[in-house]
Amino acid sequence: MTNAILTGLMLGGMYALIAMGLTLQYGVARIMNLSYGEFLIAAAFASHWLFTGWAVSPFVGLALVVPLAFVLNFAIYKLLLTPLVRRAPNRDALEVDSILATFGLTFVIQGSMLALFGGAYYSYSFLAFPVQFLGETVAANRLAALGITILLGLALYAALTRTRAGTAVRAVAVDPFAAQLVAINVPQASALTFALGGALVAAAGVLVSTFLTFSASSGVVFTMKALIVVVMGGVGNMLGCLVAGLALGLSEALVASYVDPGLTLAVNFALFLAVLLVKPAGLFGRATR
Amino acid sequence: MTFLTRRTALLAAATCAATLGLTAIAEAQTSIKIGYAISRTGPNTGGAAVTTIPNYELWVKEVNAAGGIKLGDKRVPIEVVQYDDRSNAEEAVRALERLINQDKVDFILPPWGTGLNLAVGPTLNREGYPHLAATAVTDRAPELAKRWPNSFWLLGTSADASKTLVELLSKLRDEKKIGDTVAMVSIADGFGIDLSSAARPALTNAKFKLAYDKSYPIGTQDLAPIVNEIKALNPDVFIAFSYPPDTLALTEQSRIAGLNPKVFYTGVGTAFPLYKQKFGKNTEGVMGIGGWSGDSPAIKDYLARHKASAANGAEPDRWASAVTYASLQMLQQAIERVGKIDRAAVIKDLQTGTFDTVIGKVKLENNMPTRFWWVGQWQGGEFYGIAPAKNEGARTAIVPKPAWVAP
Repeated sequence: MTNAILTGLMLGGMYALIAMGLTLQYGVARIMNLSYGEFLIAAAFASHWLFTGWAVSPFVGLALVVPLAFVLNFAIYKLLLTPLVRRAPNRDALEVDSILATFGLTFVIQGSMLALFGGAYYSYSFLAFPVQFLGETVAANRLAALGITILLGLALYAALTRTRAGTAVRAVAVDPFAAQLVAINVPQASALTFALGGALVAAAGVLVSTFLTFSASSGVVFTMKALIVVVMGGVGNMLGCLVAGLALGLSEALVASYVDPGLTLAVNFALFLAVLLVKPAGLFGRATR
Repeated sequence: MTFLTRRTALLAAATCAATLGLTAIAEAQTSIKIGYAISRTGPNTGGAAVTTIPNYELWVKEVNAAGGIKLGDKRVPIEVVQYDDRSNAEEAVRALERLINQDKVDFILPPWGTGLNLAVGPTLNREGYPHLAATAVTDRAPELAKRWPNSFWLLGTSADASKTLVELLSKLRDEKKIGDTVAMVSIADGFGIDLSSAARPALTNAKFKLAYDKSYPIGTQDLAPIVNEIKALNPDVFIAFSYPPDTLALTEQSRIAGLNPKVFYTGVGTAFPLYKQKFGKNTEGVMGIGGWSGDSPAIKDYLARHKASAANGAEPDRWASAVTYASLQMLQQAIERVGKIDRAAVIKDLQTGTFDTVIGKVKLENNMPTRFWWVGQWQGGEFYGIAPAKNEGARTAIVPKPAWVAP
């Protein structure tokens, strides 16, 4: 039992980590980023390249890739998405526009990765040894990823609730028009939040690459998973993201261990559906309109 | 002046048109147009990039360096037309129709994977193109070969794959090298379903105890629960009919959990260069689907040429890569024996002829080879074929599998 729960927590932590950036980008900046998974894979490739080519540990890689992703995403928001934000008459229109724009971006990023790395599978071994944790044997790389996820989650939660900038970001998430009235620079806050989301997905990419096999075309899997977690937890809600991610991971591990591994996907979607039926806005979402 | 100019212009235009026409005709004779649609994007990309694309490129490069394919008494170079099928069956068929109707290619090379080969089968049959399916494993191969006489199923049937594996296990049990508990997992997709449903009765008939028999959905991101449960059962044999990402994950997880049964067998991807690169010394004794005659000079030479040609010196997949390359050699030899672009005659020659290839002499019976490698094992950094044992170059299995070592 301990083992199944531990496995589930590690998997759920990974899901939450993957989804954290998307919940910021979608919930606050109102950009439905369909190229989200591609950014994750790009970070995974960067980490792979640093590790195999330059022997840079993925932990050090985090310190290089994450700031770079922040800058890159900031630039993408400023150059590519700001025109959409300006033009959109309301939030719904922006959502549709951003879906189309980032869908296009998917092909640009995927194409570049295919040109650079080819279509083959990539995988490397980092911290791939067993460790004893709570009396169970688990993989060190997954445990490390869980640890970093928790740290990132706590830091983000503190930043959002304890700092002035974080409060501004939350205000924008709740009501961008009212936020403007209290002198919050909404475009700036949106750009920074989008970039922060991009930095988080890069962190997820680096961590995931230490234990999952990936290829240039596997981004869509992560976009889908992140979307489910974000919608299930309530758009823009960090705590919801964490709870939904853990719930999915735990249910998957428990079903795989005690019922049948073949049913994990079915249970995932049943859980998703059940949440949407009972709480259409997600576990921690507020009903709008 | 005006009149003259117009007449001159007309004349010039007519001459141009005539020259164009002439060059078009002349070109048809000075090159062989070979087309293919392959998965450059989408979920099949990983397999196509390892097994198929490098071989197509290697072959075209080598043939053209040698002056081309021999037609009668002269050599003509290969001209390639290629598309991306985006791992999508409809797209693959559309691309093929374009190759046939618009690009008017002389021959077509097949896509990667069982699904896409089944999808393009009817089109290639209707248009009379030879279909050398080198990366498809299906139980319907004999039936398909009858229905589409232009199709050749070079990787064989999943029933044979499972049967050969069970025969090997029975032999090992007779030699008292293993007991009779088996744990089997499979991916819930074409390949895994086919192989596990063939293996299940074969194992039961051979009186093996199937202690664990479950499938997992494609894209499962954590296989630890499966491995942990199997470890608790302590089986003699572990069988996974898996796809490349899961093959890597299952091996990794087994090493971490310390699941080290006497026979450890994984599916597609075990023969990939990435597997060797990732697990290094830990590959020793791991069995998997496929294999090749690692000691044969032809294979060693092929391996060296592949490494020299492919991007980043990539090695081939040690199962379907060599078969893919052999299928191209067969196509070339059939065209050269026919001596002209006559697809019906080429198909006939493929059905009846004997071919000299990197995997040895190949003679097809009912459009399928008579010899396949079904079980391979990593031994000293090379993935040798070990079953069927009657195959030339078959090695003896290392059983029990050595313990995992720290990387």
